[in-house]
Amino acid sequence: MQNTTIAYDSKVEGEVIVTQADAVINWIRKHSVWPMPMGLACCAIELMAAGGARFDISRFGMEVMRFSPRQADCMIVAGTVTYKMAEVVRRIYDQMAEPKWVVAMGACASSGGMYRSYATLQGVDRIIPVDVYISGCPPRPEALLDAMIKLQDKIGTERSVKNLIPKKADSEEFATAEKES
Amino acid sequence: MTNSDLALIKERFETLTERESSDHVALNCPVDVFVELCTALRDEFGYDMLVDVTALDNDVQSPRFTGIYHFLSISKHEYLRVAVDCANDIEPTLPTLAGLYASANWHERETYDMMGIRYEGHPDMKRILMWDDYPYHPLRKDFPLAGIEVPLPADDVAEVTGASVLPAPMMGGPFVSSADGPMSQTEPSAHDESWNEKKIKPCGN
Repeated sequence: MQNTTIAYDSKVEGEVIVTQADAVINWIRKHSVWPMPMGLACCAIELMAAGGARFDISRFGMEVMRFSPRQADCMIVAGTVTYKMAEVVRRIYDQMAEPKWVVAMGACASSGGMYRSYATLQGVDRIIPVDVYISGCPPRPEALLDAMIKLQDKIGTERSVKNLIPKKADSEEFATAEKES
Repeated sequence: MTNSDLALIKERFETLTERESSDHVALNCPVDVFVELCTALRDEFGYDMLVDVTALDNDVQSPRFTGIYHFLSISKHEYLRVAVDCANDIEPTLPTLAGLYASANWHERETYDMMGIRYEGHPDMKRILMWDDYPYHPLRKDFPLAGIEVPLPADDVAEVTGASVLPAPMMGGPFVSSADGPMSQTEPSAHDESWNEKKIKPCGN
């Protein structure tokens, strides 16, 4: 897709490349994913391994792990989400600036995993929208890298301006606030 | 515990009885002499560490709840188990040991959280694992492993997401594997399929 969005003819355009805003913005976004490690259980150990020298997540341009949600744009939920923790996960997700993506790493984050019990949220997608799921208990670091590359592909196909338009819920809130004032 | 110590304790606390045990010495203790017994164990018999506080739910039998305490003597390298029956089956209570052993504080909070036994005199008797306004005690026999539907702890998150605490899908589980035999023949399987989230537990309450 990227190849078809670039038109370049050095004789005609000189040093100018003609392309689409989407292609440029997505290209920037997908190669500067700043993950927010939401490490909740053993998957977080594999996540750390992916950041280390052996697996080296920085080969794919996403090594800047940020522990502040305000500086991150991809939450990697690595581990078991309990109902008590669900509130925290959602609040941290809400604090991340748009555009933002979520990777559910491992069986627990994807579906509750082996914890079929009263205390465990059966899949983090019940409280936040998930972009990529990773199977495994825990997944190998390579699986995480594969998922992140899949996420990059997904970012590449997005309409990059969609988050500039207020969502329906936001605009309704805005409308009621306008009326009151 | 040496036989002489055991005889000494039994002489001093006449209402103690020995409890069936496959490992350490175990005693049944009436609730009225329990704190006195623990004080003596700590100060005179060298049981200077309270390793664990837990409880039994005897389901339909009465007394329904039995508090279980594991003491360790670091100098003698010996464990001792003490069991105390709760008089009240509906609202079980036990005296706290938080004043005697610092470790009792959190262990008793956990037992309160999981079993619903209140410890009288505890400095901070609130839940430790589940959230504060959770209505059930999950390790009781009448509580299904899958859970019971209740609202999420945070109202605003529940409102935005529409999520609630739902019974987990058991799919015929809980799945357990038998402890013996070759691994190829001990794949986890549903041990008791007589009850799950669709069929209620056949006996008990």
